[in-house]
Amino acid sequence: MAARSVVIVGAGQAGSDTAAALRSHGFDGRVTLVGEEPWLPYQRPPLSKAYQAGTVGQEELELRPASFYADQRIELLRGDRAVKIDRELRTLLLDSGRTLPYDALVLATGARPRALPVPGAQRPGVLALRGLDDAEALRQQLAGAERPLQVVVVGAGFIGLEVAATARELGHHPTVVEALPRVLARAVSPVMSDWLAAEHRRRGTALLLRREVVALHGAGTGDGPVQVVELDGGTRLPADLVVVGIGVLPNVGLAVEAGLNVGDGVLVDEQLRTSDPAIHAVGDCARFPSVHAGRPLRLESVQNASDQARTVAAVICGEPAPYRALPWFWSQQFTLRLQIAGITAGHDEAVTAGDPEQGRFSVFCFRHGRLVGVESVNRPADHGIARRLLAAGPDLTPEEVAAPGFDLKRRTAQPV
Amino acid sequence: MARITYKHPNGTETVLEVPAPNTVMRGAKINNVVGIEAQCGGSAQCGTCHVYIDEACTVSLPEMADDEDEVLYGTASPRRDSSRLSCQLQISDALDGLVVHLPERQS
Ligand SMILES: Cc1cc2nc3c(=O)[nH]c(=O)nc-3n(C[C@H](O)[C@H](O)[C@H](O)COP(=O)(O)OP(=O)(O)OC[C@H]3O[C@@H](n4cnc5c(N)ncnc54)[C@H](O)[C@@H]3O)c2cc1C
Ligand code: FES
Repeated sequence: MAARSVVIVGAGQAGSDTAAALRSHGFDGRVTLVGEEPWLPYQRPPLSKAYQAGTVGQEELELRPASFYADQRIELLRGDRAVKIDRELRTLLLDSGRTLPYDALVLATGARPRALPVPGAQRPGVLALRGLDDAEALRQQLAGAERPLQVVVVGAGFIGLEVAATARELGHHPTVVEALPRVLARAVSPVMSDWLAAEHRRRGTALLLRREVVALHGAGTGDGPVQVVELDGGTRLPADLVVVGIGVLPNVGLAVEAGLNVGDGVLVDEQLRTSDPAIHAVGDCARFPSVHAGRPLRLESVQNASDQARTVAAVICGEPAPYRALPWFWSQQFTLRLQIAGITAGHDEAVTAGDPEQGRFSVFCFRHGRLVGVESVNRPADHGIARRLLAAGPDLTPEEVAAPGFDLKRRTAQPV
Repeated sequence: MARITYKHPNGTETVLEVPAPNTVMRGAKINNVVGIEAQCGGSAQCGTCHVYIDEACTVSLPEMADDEDEVLYGTASPRRDSSRLSCQLQISDALDGLVVHLPERQS
């Protein structure tokens, strides 16, 4: 029997997109979207970029206006938290005491920042960045400062580098501390890491690699504002503000308590079903078998949240298709537009095309001679064409990319 | 405010009065018009808000910036002379009467 009542937990990118996609698929049963945050579902990418710069305000972050949910008969419960799943009765219990019956339940609970496991991490002036409240707190510090601040960013991942770039653009003095030997180590090729590191340094950001934060010190014994970041070896960095960006943990509490299979994320199959066929998981909280990586994977990207939302809606509507969308990602640091198509981790050969000196180039990553991903800086055409190529099964060789005058745009000038 | 017509590949159409400030992309998103994905939220990164401007439509559009031109090389449905990114088309009275065709696929 087809589902009559769908309940979605988590009103973020994946949750809101799932609700919308159910209606696009013609689902006309009940759709309830439960979110613990007080706001309308919003986009997170600008939080570390345009929102800090002040060019995008809160309303522009909204994925859809309030009227959308009403028009589409999506019951949006804001500021309420799902606390327990009863799999036998197929009900979801909310913090408010409400109980929602479901035929299909979708977990879209996202992820939360990993806390810095060192003494002093609770001090005022130590911030993480995930939600609008975090972003507003950061914005008030960065944009509201009367003098240039010493900003210590812990972690050279996407969020760390984006915040550092924004802080620099606002005239502050960021120092990025990273334990690994290169920036974005898990996400991009060494060539790209090195190039980006040089760009951040050239623009005035201090970048300390292979260094670890061991303690945060401040005025008073334990609860005074942060003033000093202590690194391994005893180095002390002055800090007006510390931003922690050392990765996230998937929100799997509900799933664990309900006895679903959970690893690093809620484990799902290609149809995004958990170990209970009435329960699905999508977005940052879901670990799925990736055809592109050849192994189970949890992705943290808008692409993944929004494409999985469409897959799960189709599955619930009885038109199942496996989730096989090509992963892609973007990041903006200064004027550098970094775009990644495919999954480059695990590549064994990287060929650069274009002009790194001018800040316009792409790194083509191969594994056993086969293209697995392309990282582009300010080359949107390369990125888009690469996405198409990778989705179709690429026939590009390292030799072709390395040949003088190679230009992906020209190679595919005829529609493919 | 502008009246925008979104023509679907199956021959049907959706006609919307879209208020400013908004883009042609956002007009579609807020009304759940299927066929515009706009994953990057309008930052000219993704090319999933691709539209074809109707050949007979006489509304004059803003010039295409380099960014938009580059992104259009990578769209999932073939680029044509009439291709635009709907997130780069700001709604204004000047856009009243615009007719766009949605491509077969966006990703
Ligand atoms: C600062 C920042 C910048 C980013 N930049 C980019 C970028 O440039 N490009 C890109 O592709 N991606 C970017 N991302 C990642 C992208 O935003 C996420 O991958 C995406 O938001 C994932 O969507 P989601 O719905 O799975 O999770 P979320 O958007 O986190 O939504 C989950 C929601 O569920 C709620 N929730 C959790 N548990 C419960 C519960 N028990 N009951 C009720 N509600 C609950 C949470 O409060 C949250 O609102 C960025 C993320 C951040 C934080
Ligand atoms: S919405 Fe992404 S390019 Fe227009």
